[in-house]
Amino acid sequence: MSVSKPLPHDAAPLHVSGEARYIDDIPTPKGTLHLAFGLSTVAKGRIRSMDLDAARAAPGVVTVLTAADLPYANDVSPSIHDEPLLAEDMVHYIGQPIYVVAATSHLAARKAARLGRIAYEELDAILTIEQALDADSRFEEGPRIYRKGDAEAAIASAKHVVEGTFELGGQEHFYLESQAAMTMPQEGGDMMVYSSTQHPTEIQHKVADALGVPMHAVRVEARRMGGGFGGKESQGNALAVACAVVSRATGRACKMRYDRDDDMTITGKRHAFRMSYRAGFDADGHIQGVSFLHHVICGWAQDLSLPVADRAMLHSDNAYLLPTARIESHRLKTNTQSATAYRGFGGPQGVVGIERVMDHAAHVLGIDPVELRRRNYYEPTHPVPPTLSKPPEALEPVDPHEDLTSRGAVEQITRPRPVRSIPQGGNTTPYGMEISDFELHEMTEALLASSDYAARRLAIADWNKENPIIKKGLGFSPVKFGISFTLTHLNQAGALVHVYQDGSVHLNHGGTEMGQGLFQKVAQVAAARFGIPLEMIKITATDTAKVPNTSATAASSGSDLNGMAVKAACDTIRDRMAAYLAEHHQADAGSVRFADGHVEVGEARYSFAEAAALTYQGRVSLSATGFYKTPKIEWDRIKGHGRPFFYFAHGAALTEVAVDTLTGENRILRADILHDAGASLNPALDIGQVEGGYVQGAGWLTTEELVWDEKGALRTHAPSTYKIPACSDRPDIFNVTLWDGENREDTIYRSKAVGEPPFMLGISAWLALSDAVAACGPAYPALNAPATAEEVWRGIRRVRDGV
Amino acid sequence: MMTISFLLNGETVEIEGASPTTTLLDWLREDRGLTGTKEGCNEGDCGACTVMVTDMDEAKALNACILFLPQLHGKAVRTVEGVSGPRGEAHPVQQAMVDHHGSQCGFCTPGFVMSMVASHCNGATDHDTQLAGNLCRCTGYAPIIRAAEAVEGQPVPVWVKDAAPGGAPDPMLPRSSDELARAYAARPEATLVAGATDVGLWVTKQLRDLDPVIFLTGCDDLKEISIDDHTIRFGAMVDMNRMGAALAPLHPSYAEMIRRYASVQVRHAATVGGNIANGSPIGDNPPALIALGATLHMRHSERRRSLPLEEFFLDYGKQDRAPGEFVEAVSFPRQPDRLKCYKLSKRFDQDISAVCGCFNITLDEGTVTAARIAFGGMAGIPKRAATVEAALLGRPWSCETINDAKSGFDADFTPLSDMRASAEYRLETARAMLERYFAESHGATGNVLEVTA
Repeated sequence: MSVSKPLPHDAAPLHVSGEARYIDDIPTPKGTLHLAFGLSTVAKGRIRSMDLDAARAAPGVVTVLTAADLPYANDVSPSIHDEPLLAEDMVHYIGQPIYVVAATSHLAARKAARLGRIAYEELDAILTIEQALDADSRFEEGPRIYRKGDAEAAIASAKHVVEGTFELGGQEHFYLESQAAMTMPQEGGDMMVYSSTQHPTEIQHKVADALGVPMHAVRVEARRMGGGFGGKESQGNALAVACAVVSRATGRACKMRYDRDDDMTITGKRHAFRMSYRAGFDADGHIQGVSFLHHVICGWAQDLSLPVADRAMLHSDNAYLLPTARIESHRLKTNTQSATAYRGFGGPQGVVGIERVMDHAAHVLGIDPVELRRRNYYEPTHPVPPTLSKPPEALEPVDPHEDLTSRGAVEQITRPRPVRSIPQGGNTTPYGMEISDFELHEMTEALLASSDYAARRLAIADWNKENPIIKKGLGFSPVKFGISFTLTHLNQAGALVHVYQDGSVHLNHGGTEMGQGLFQKVAQVAAARFGIPLEMIKITATDTAKVPNTSATAASSGSDLNGMAVKAACDTIRDRMAAYLAEHHQADAGSVRFADGHVEVGEARYSFAEAAALTYQGRVSLSATGFYKTPKIEWDRIKGHGRPFFYFAHGAALTEVAVDTLTGENRILRADILHDAGASLNPALDIGQVEGGYVQGAGWLTTEELVWDEKGALRTHAPSTYKIPACSDRPDIFNVTLWDGENREDTIYRSKAVGEPPFMLGISAWLALSDAVAACGPAYPALNAPATAEEVWRGIRRVRDGV
Repeated sequence: MMTISFLLNGETVEIEGASPTTTLLDWLREDRGLTGTKEGCNEGDCGACTVMVTDMDEAKALNACILFLPQLHGKAVRTVEGVSGPRGEAHPVQQAMVDHHGSQCGFCTPGFVMSMVASHCNGATDHDTQLAGNLCRCTGYAPIIRAAEAVEGQPVPVWVKDAAPGGAPDPMLPRSSDELARAYAARPEATLVAGATDVGLWVTKQLRDLDPVIFLTGCDDLKEISIDDHTIRFGAMVDMNRMGAALAPLHPSYAEMIRRYASVQVRHAATVGGNIANGSPIGDNPPALIALGATLHMRHSERRRSLPLEEFFLDYGKQDRAPGEFVEAVSFPRQPDRLKCYKLSKRFDQDISAVCGCFNITLDEGTVTAARIAFGGMAGIPKRAATVEAALLGRPWSCETINDAKSGFDADFTPLSDMRASAEYRLETARAMLERYFAESHGATGNVLEVTA
């Protein structure tokens, strides 16, 4: 069967030959115009006057539009209509589009877009958390607070309390293909839109509103993106709408792609957080309660900030059963780029919070950090088997000279673990969801064995004793990530499948391809349903005219939702074929078999093509839609209660680093990962997501630093200054394995979503740096993120010199 | 108007009337419809636009986004469209990238393929170094490296072996330093373009119109490296990969610093003369060369002069260079290797230094007899740490001396805070580099790049 095979990405041969077409590669009609935005140069101000004469007079310029020239909605917001395509009287950040230039070439448009002279009345910009709190500049009326029990009381009465505050930086998506869109005006006022987007339906909706036409007059096609990572969920709206408006005004095709610096200056990034925590533990390291305070820098417009901040709250437990918890989240409005979706959608920030608590507590309590985590895990779905993958060694007497309180000490796994009482309310999350599919006990056991954790922990302690300059560290982090959109109605998908009379299959669904291999996975599902080879299936571009009302390809949901919708469509056709052929052969429709490229009915055996032709001649429809909605979920985001997730995906990672204590320079030496993709639809693609997610997550927390100056200008707006991991930054030794399991919920072939969860495995790299820094002195390193070389160096000074 | 001619995927092209600052990338995509070569950053930092260019030396990976058409005159260019065989056979690199799942979104892939094709042509297997100039956001690089390893030793397909055809002369493309001297003296307002790794961004990012432009790419005599018993001399047009190779046996720490200087693609284009002449305070060659006691050789028409390199840098953005005068070469004396170059940046590879500290300290029986210490990133110009040098000179090579000397950095430098580092971090790590030099002189493990799990 085609599912579970490690097949290459369907477009891999096109990628390597340069044939794969992205928006900017589509041949353009004669007379196509190229667009560029003129951008605000102040972080907050009122536009006094605009002199665009020089821009209009520049070579190649055909037209220049401002907000006043827009015929209908001036709105590219994905949420509360607070984001105009072009600024009206106010500007809210450095980089906000004010006018759009249309010219005969990309370069001409870019040149002209710098020629506008805007006079501003500059106003005091809100650039920091303090300024936002002072001005009560926020989204929603006040903080959201989720509670489970009385956390403050539990912490107050706990034996050990850890607390702290740290900065957790944002992250630029750095999709290699910058944002791009192209429009071609059609007859009768219709508009064809090509967009590099994760959300074609939203593009369709925004373009329709901007043109004052119904959605049926706009068709959006998206074959592939050169990377998305959440950055193309809402941030492509502006380009598509601008192109559509200019196309309508001029009657010409329009194309817009952001230059890299413009892209980084204009578009939103991952939300930066300031995170404060206070947590209580008993003497055995069992957490009694935790209180989190999230200050979320949302930027100037709401965009998707509320669900992002919600998801951070929802992942503040990560893998741990918190008897009591309080999570308070402030969504601050600042005069910076409007922060947006980014792989994990706030989840990573929430997970970093609790992992920091565990790291800090392990340091304070002198308990091995992995052991401390395991003591606090959610209860397993079934008892942990008493035998380990390696047979337990006989209990050996502990050497009285062994320093068991040292972080270098390793708990003897054969020693019984202290018993934790299950808190009132049972094995539930802070939002009241019962955890019934927790895989991490077994996964952790297996990872510790395969990575030789105990021996390496000792070896690193020895290394650190012997080496004054280079210190090593080990970091372990698990992830339990909730799968489903928290906005329940988004959890639906549609598909359209045609079988042609020659047996070839045209496959379409609402998901978009951004490199994750969704199209291939879904094609594998279709091939399996029909029992035909993959070559008989044509994967086609996402198209709002084929499948309507789609959700963004986001929240890791792509193959879960679209795989099921495609399965439904295929099964409909298959059932029709079976019914027709069974009737023809006076057999039972249930006995018709689709396998090996053939259809068997009683004694008869047809090729799939023959079966399709027969069915067609029998005047039976060989086209069907499919639909799927995720069952079992319900969620009240104001109360913070319900079952927002259908299931959880899990993973665990162990990272080893080395740190130069003179300068803080550091490297990842080794990473071992075990990840839960359920019964994988395609293990090769899933491992690709895990490897890539890990490196991207580690980049977020190490070298990827966003810096704004005191005026609010982003200073890191190009790869020369913003440093994503390069080739040599991946771990020297990189062992990635998929957990041999299957989803306990009824998902497509029992697989699990894999797009976002492994991103959080990169947190283990940050924790490993903390561990290495902790080898320099007695204090807790209390690293901020990203832990750049400079931040690591500061951490070393904190633990060594107390400064 | 110059006529540019070169081979493109094996076929001769002649371009007339193009602006001299048209980039190869724009021309490929917009004029030729060859859209396989991608624009990722348009500044030479991501490698999505990598093409292979064969000149008289060898096949080189280069960034098409900051490569002006006249720089290709007489050379052979191969793009991703020209990598498959005449009957569509996949190049071994292409097949390996498919088999090992080396592409996800695919946008960086043509650039990776071209870097890998070029290094495969040259038999290079130091893949992390060869691919440092190609960014991928999807894969985490592991499968790409598996693919690169899989093609090691496989035969190079004949169809990617190009030979540079050579091109007709043109006044804006001088073919010797003498021709350059005449052309520049006649047009002292001209912009000189060596490798365009800096000037390229004036065009692609600052959107400047440069006119006139004189391209140095044909000045073969400026590409000479001469090493005799007394002196090492690099012509201004020596590219950084050749310079690194020449330095490796003489001053390995300098060569290792060059390995981390930008990327293979940028180093193929970037020249030592350009790195000096543009006067950047964060160029990595000047501090190393100053520490080696380098002399800069300048020329204006037939007049030549030489000066200590540090005297060339007058102030931020200001150099001791007259209109029409150009850098001809840089030289420094042969010496026992005591040089250590410490390049500190957020990322090890392909990153501009926050601090680049170069130390050349000579000992005689435990006493410091000479000290030349120079830094980039610590002032508006590449600058010597004169106070620190003085505090070391004549003193015993000991912890006490080092500790005493460390305070000298306060007198020598008042660095700035910017997006790369804070002033405090710069100053304190400058001190730490002196400590590291001392520790390494006693055999300590001080290089995190040499540590393994």
